[in-house]
This record gives sequence, C-alpha cells and structure tokens, in this order.
Amino acid sequence: MTDTTISRPTATVRTEPYRSRGLLHDTWVIARRGLTHLVRQPEQLTDATIQPVMFVLLFAYVFGGAIAVPGGGEYREFLMGGIFAQTVVFTAFGVALSLATDRKNQAIDRFRSLPIARGAVLGGHALTNLLKSMLPIVLMSLCGLAIGWRVHSSIADAILGYALLLGFSFAMIWVGILLGSVIATPEGVTGTGFVVLFPLTFMASTFVPTRTMPGLLRVVAEWNPVTTLSDAARILFGNPNTPVVPEDPWSIQHPIAYSVIWIVAIIVISAPLAVRAYEKSLAK
Amino acid sequence: MPDEYAVYARGLVRRYGAKTALAGVDFEVKTGSVTAILGPNGAGKTTAVRILTTLSEADEGEATVAGFNVRTHPHEVRRRIGLAAQDATVDPLLTGRENLVMLGELYQMGRGEAKSRAAELLTEFSLDDAADRKVAGYSGGMRRRLDLAATLVAHPSVLFLDEPTTGLDPRARNELWGVLATLVERGTSVLLTTQYLEEAERLADEIIVIDHGRIIARGDARQLKREIGGDHVHVVVVDPARLNDAAVTLSEVTGAHAVIEAATRAVIAPAADGVQTIVRAAQALGAAGIAVEDLSLRQPTLDEVFLELTGQPANADDAGVPAGGR
Ligand SMILES: Nc1ncnc2c1ncn2[C@@H]1O[C@H](COP(=O)(O)OP(=O)(O)OP(=O)(O)O)[C@@H](O)[C@H]1O
Ligand SMILES: [Mg+2]
Repeated sequence: MTDTTISRPTATVRTEPYRSRGLLHDTWVIARRGLTHLVRQPEQLTDATIQPVMFVLLFAYVFGGAIAVPGGGEYREFLMGGIFAQTVVFTAFGVALSLATDRKNQAIDRFRSLPIARGAVLGGHALTNLLKSMLPIVLMSLCGLAIGWRVHSSIADAILGYALLLGFSFAMIWVGILLGSVIATPEGVTGTGFVVLFPLTFMASTFVPTRTMPGLLRVVAEWNPVTTLSDAARILFGNPNTPVVPEDPWSIQHPIAYSVIWIVAIIVISAPLAVRAYEKSLAK
Repeated sequence: MPDEYAVYARGLVRRYGAKTALAGVDFEVKTGSVTAILGPNGAGKTTAVRILTTLSEADEGEATVAGFNVRTHPHEVRRRIGLAAQDATVDPLLTGRENLVMLGELYQMGRGEAKSRAAELLTEFSLDDAADRKVAGYSGGMRRRLDLAATLVAHPSVLFLDEPTTGLDPRARNELWGVLATLVERGTSVLLTTQYLEEAERLADEIIVIDHGRIIARGDARQLKREIGGDHVHVVVVDPARLNDAAVTLSEVTGAHAVIEAATRAVIAPAADGVQTIVRAAQALGAAGIAVEDLSLRQPTLDEVFLELTGQPANADDAGVPAGGR
C-alpha cells in the first residue's frame, strides 16, 4: 500500500443536507447489509441450514424406529411439524447474536451517528432475520420430501401452515432483540440462548407425543406453544398428529388458535420491551 | 448560535459512575477552521467527541454543532457531520465500495448518487484496486483511509476525527495531513483529537490541551509555547574558550542568568524582548569580539510545553502510566 497517494478530495460543503427517505428505505439498506453478512459468513448460517437438516435425519433414522405415533402414521411425517417449530423458535438466536455482534464491533454506534430513521437499525435486523428464517424452512421441506414427508392437505392449508411458522418467527425476532439487548456479548447470547431456548423446544411435542410424558412435565408441554405450533403444523400439512381426546386441555384442542394467541402476545409484550431494552443498552 | 462557530461547547460535564471523564470544558471550532483536542490516554477526548456527535449525552452543559443543539436536535446534527471514530467502524464483511455506498444511502442519498460518490472517493483515496475486496483484508492504513473517505460521503460541514492517524506509518500520516489541509481549504470545519503534539501543531488553528477531563491550556501553538517559558536567545560560539565571556555578555544584555551548554558550545538566556533582545545580543557579542556561529530566538518545543502543563510526558502510555481509555 506504500505506492499510494491520496489525491485532493472533492470536499465541497453542501449547504443543504439530503432529504430524509423514510423508515422503510433505511430499514431496507440495513437489512441488505445483514443479508450480505449472511452470504459472506456461511459458517454463521449453520443454525439455519445444517442444524435443522441434521435434526431431521437424526430423529428420523436414529429415534424414528423407537417412537410410535399414537393414532398411527409414519414417525417421519410426525417429526417434520416438530422440527419446523423448533427451527422457528431458534430464530431468536440469530437476531440476538447479530445484534450483540454489531454492538461489539461498534456498528451500532456508527449507525447512530447517521441521519437515519429511528427504528431502522432494529427494523433492518428484524427483516434480515425474517428472510433468513425462510431458509431453513425451505431446506427442511426439501429434506423432508427426500425422506418421505408429504403435504397431504390442501394448498390453502399448507400456505396457512407456512404462514403460521413465519408468524412465529417474527414473534421470536422480538424475543431475540430483547435477548441481544439485555445480554451484551455474542458469547453471552450463545450461552443464555442455549440454556433458555433449547429445553423449551424439548419440553414439547416436538419429537415425541406429550402423552407419554410424566405428570408436571406433561402439563408444561401441553401448554408450551412449541407443542401447539408443532401440532398446528402437522394438522395444516395433513401429517399424523396425536388424536385429540375430550380430556385434553384447551391448548391441545385448539392448537392453531392457541399458537396465534401466543404470536400476538409475544409481539405485543416483547416488542415494546425489546425496543426499550435496546435503547437502554445503547451506551449513552 | 452564531454561524461563526461550527462547534460551540459550554460547561460539558460527563461522569461514568464515580469517574469524571469531562469536568466542565468550554471550547469551540470556528467555522472553516481546525481545532485539535490534545491529551494523553484517558484525558476525555473520545468522551467529548461522542457528546458532540450525539452518541452520548452530557450530564451538564450545552453544545451546538453546525448551529444545532446536540441534545435537542440530534437528527439535524447528524445530517451535517462526518465522524471517524477512534476504532475504525467500517464494516469488515463488506467491500470498501459497499461500505461507502451503504453510508451514502444512510446519509439519505439516492442509490445512483451514492454509487458515483463512492467511486469518486475510492479514487481520491487511492483505494480503487481494493475497492471490491472485503475490508477484513485491508491493511491498517487502507482501513483508516476508507474510514476517512466514509466521513466525507455526504459532504459534511463539520468533521470529527478521533485520533485519525494513530497506528499509521509516517508516510500514511503525512498523506492524511495533506488531505485534511485540503478539506479545510474547501471550508470544512474540523475537530480532531490527537496525542501527537506535532499533529496538533501542524493541522490545528487552535489547540485545546486537556488532561483528566479539564482544559489545562489553549491557544495556537505559538501562544501555548509562549505561555510557559517564553522565548530564549540561543548563541553558539565558534571558540569554546569564549563560552564564559559569551555568558557574561548575554547576562548583561538580558539582565537574567545565562546558561552554558558546553557540549553544544551554546549559551542560552531568556529573551524578554524577543527580537530586540537578539539585536542587542548581536551588538554586544560583536563589541566583545566573540565569534558567533549561530544566533537565534528559540521557543520551547510543544513536548516541553506539555510536560510543563501536565506534569507528565505527552506519551504517558510509554512511560508506564496505565491507559485509561476505552
Ligand atoms: N463507557 C465508559 N464507562 C466507564 N468509563 C468510561 C467510559 N468511557 C470512558 N470512560 C472513562 O472516561 C475517561 C475518559 O475516557 P476517554 O475515552 O474520553 O479518553 P480519551 O482521551 O479518548 O483516551 P484515549 O487517548 O485512550 O482514547 C477515562 O478514564 C475512561 O476510563
Ligand atoms: Mg479516545
């Protein structure tokens, strides 16, 4: 780099600064950066690519033979709804991680010194991660198709199924922002996220029917939105699901409605909290 | 606030817990001029820059930048400033060009304009060859150049440069100094921080010396030097045997004690009347028949000034004093 000379810069001073282009414009510019990051760091994408595919294969082939679906049907087909749900819950991870990394690299500070719309930084992260969350859903669908999973319902139901998954993704993005704002470092996010989110996705009908679970655990699992999201996906894709009996709690009887309630509740509660935690986390 | 000032700060106080990073400082940057904040590690330089660039709020005091109050109109301030933070904050995963285009768009330019502006700056900062490589692979000097280019994207009227040449080799530093000089020629006002006395002396119209969050001296380089010690008359004699005679003569002329530096054949005495003292010294030495090799009026170096003002060498870091900065 030593054979360089900086020429005289054209540093005319503008008398009038540029007119604002609005929140959507700024959000998209920041989201595009996030997408570029994803493409340039494929190793950071393992949670959205290799991991879900690995889970599909692992559970389908290793445990598949040992787990019977009450009411009959192929375990592999039962499994898919659960893994879709688990992956969607893990969306929170990615957001929290990218936010914490940006803070560590002082990218957040850089953005804050720019004349951008308030909310554009969070909006950009949310949009990037919403788009990112489609990737594992597509990959897993393909992987599922390869091992014998099929959509047996109508197209409308299937679309509704995917929409429900994306809706839950969107809700988990705010949980991720909350997590990434409260916990300052990328390392902390990874640790805490694992401890909080991982059990949540296992104490549910993700991989095994809740009916075989003991006492209290079963109650937790039955009211766990990951259970109802898994069940809702199974129903909407026309896959085998544990037959509902009249003694089942309301959540199990109405998994779609119960999941939607959770989506709305998470957004209504955690979005404002997340925004506040984020603003508080900015080293003023 | 009058347009006369690009930056106008009064009574800025900033505390971090029990630690007072800024203890009430007043300073300003006249429009179109360069002010340097000079201070050792932990003096409060970055803290001041962060307050003025809206990244942090002062606990007390007021500041306007480009005519807008940083507390009440941060957005208006952001539209008019460029900031090169102490740690390069260009995005390592993006290419140099992508960085500049993104910043242009975030400065609210159209995409087309942002692209052409980026191309222009890449050429000006000799980054054409590296333009489409990821910044992660840039050298420190290239990164710093990109950082500086990034601050200029939207033609800001006030530029904040937090230690812009730290970590650069002398050549790159010289180049950057050249760029800054050109910017100022074109009407950009600059507030820069530095630990280098030479840099402040070379670039700044006004120097603010801070230490432990307080301003301990201010003025242009000459004023600072004069403030302590003042000018000295410095005589180098041809014949070492005449050193004593020269000292006696100089003492008579200046009415003060003249010091002999035998190693350099020099005699030094305070020059209360500046050039007048020199003229009288020359006449007296001539009359006494003392051959003189060199006769000059000297100011203390800025390093000596700093030592005098802060009670510690300018590079306290090297002297083993723990660094307080972030
Ligand atoms: N976020 C923070 N939290 C706590 N203390 C801080 C914080 N930022 C700065 N300080 C303290 O405030 C003082 C001034 O720091 P500042 O970063 O402004 O110094 P500086 O002059 O920029 O130093 P350097 O030359 O090392 O960059 C230091 O003692 C520092 O430890
Ligand atoms: Mg600093």
